[in-house]
Amino acid sequence: MIIDTNVHLSRWPFRRLADDEPGALVTRLRRHGVIEAWTGSFDGIFHKDIGGVNARLEEDCARYGRGLLIPFGTVNPTLPDWREDLRRCREVHHMPGIRVYPNYHGYTLDDPKFTELLRAATDSGVIVQLVVQMEDDRMQHPLLKIPAVDLAPLPTLTQTHPKLRLMLLNGFRSLNGGAVKTLVNAPGVRFEFAMLDGIGGVGDAVEAVSANRLLFGSHAPFYYFESALLKLKEAGLPKEVVDRICQANARELLPR
Amino acid sequence: MRLIDRDRRSFLKSCVAAPLAAVEVPQAKPGYRTWDLHVHMFGFAGATPEELIESLVRFADRMEVERWVLSNPLHADPTPEQFRDANDAVLRAIKRAPDRTLGLVYLNPNHLQASLDELDRCVRDGPMIGVKLWIARHCNAPELDPIVERAAQYQSIIFQHTYLKNQGNLPGESTPSELAELARRHTRAKIILGHTGADWERGVRSVRDLKHVTVDLAGSDPTAGFTEMAVRELGAERVLYGSDVGGRSFASQLAKVLGANIPEQAKIDILGGNLRLLLAPIMRAKGMRV
Repeated sequence: MIIDTNVHLSRWPFRRLADDEPGALVTRLRRHGVIEAWTGSFDGIFHKDIGGVNARLEEDCARYGRGLLIPFGTVNPTLPDWREDLRRCREVHHMPGIRVYPNYHGYTLDDPKFTELLRAATDSGVIVQLVVQMEDDRMQHPLLKIPAVDLAPLPTLTQTHPKLRLMLLNGFRSLNGGAVKTLVNAPGVRFEFAMLDGIGGVGDAVEAVSANRLLFGSHAPFYYFESALLKLKEAGLPKEVVDRICQANARELLPR
Repeated sequence: MRLIDRDRRSFLKSCVAAPLAAVEVPQAKPGYRTWDLHVHMFGFAGATPEELIESLVRFADRMEVERWVLSNPLHADPTPEQFRDANDAVLRAIKRAPDRTLGLVYLNPNHLQASLDELDRCVRDGPMIGVKLWIARHCNAPELDPIVERAAQYQSIIFQHTYLKNQGNLPGESTPSELAELARRHTRAKIILGHTGADWERGVRSVRDLKHVTVDLAGSDPTAGFTEMAVRELGAERVLYGSDVGGRSFASQLAKVLGANIPEQAKIDILGGNLRLLLAPIMRAKGMRV
């Protein structure tokens, strides 16, 4: 059984995806043994009415996958009164976590607004999922060329927010990336492997960040969900490591 | 914390048979007979071609990949000596696992006569079944014509790397449109659009009207919709599974087929049937089992 920490609902603006209808996505997730999917909204990346996005996300998760789709609302600290969005995520929608998209929302991690957001998120107890990138930047639509988030400031930020529960989504394009190396020793940071590639790559990721800090992530429906499952198979990891990655680590981060 | 024993024997012994038994992992069904069009000799353990191929076999067995087509483009603009060395490594790999490994001869159109000689050595007189062209020269250049003509004469496949990058291609790196120019001059050649240009929504369109061109799914993110579009626009018979191992995994690239909303027969054809059809004449001529 799997807890998938990296799923989105709604539409990607540049192509239709096979499972961008929530019913289809839920069917595929259930078929592959997913018992819980931490779910954001593509709309959170592109819309300015974040309050509306998060309300719809909660509604759609409940309507199409109650108990399966766990909504993670978006917070954009460049928008006026973003603290109210964070409050609603926690107090109105009862979301256990939020997603931030610094590159799409136009700020860097050393921006004081981001520091404020991390402080507020830590105080409210939500998990913060930082989306490093959404797609290969070599293939992006010419009208939307968005480089990956520069993670260099992150080790310092995690040290100044020791209670922060932070997870990087789509953070692995390569285990050779300097950013990952600097974060291995940062407290409280967790990773998923949707964008990690290379033969047996998940096994290498376990070595790099430890089995206790690696979680299952598919990046569905943007990616074929099966990619993440097959990567686990290819790695040929021992059962106890697979169990940690597929479920135990996520359950520790988000007890139910 | 070191959780994995990198000694491969003990590591493999430690792996249990069914850690994913509780979930439905997409399986390559027996009828699939997966042949991987696009495999390289890096990204996994081994210091020699023989050691590398042994590592590869272990991963391929785990992923139920029956055969793979190996090429070894180590240098962007190789000298004849360099591409001969690279091809020698592939020949050694074939020798180590002859029932699993097929080979492409890596050539450089900037050294035309040496390339033709190497084509003769490795394909006409050797066990290789196709040509690999990478980024030494844009593929619409007339210097490729003698190579393609001779490769076609030997019934071999011609695999041309193509890419389309927002940041701009490498010098000499071909686009799908450039491959289309080449293909229009060689309508009897078995030309393969490597990576489908990676920006597959443009790559597929570039060769849509060229029925003798097939496309390679390998070496890009497992973005949903790639395979469905290729099948819709080209027909399943023109789509080939490849991985680009070890820069990529078997896993992420198999997902493009196993996860696609396409008919079961299309999956069978893409995972191996189409490649076997392309290779059958040259393999049979060499006395190889298809």
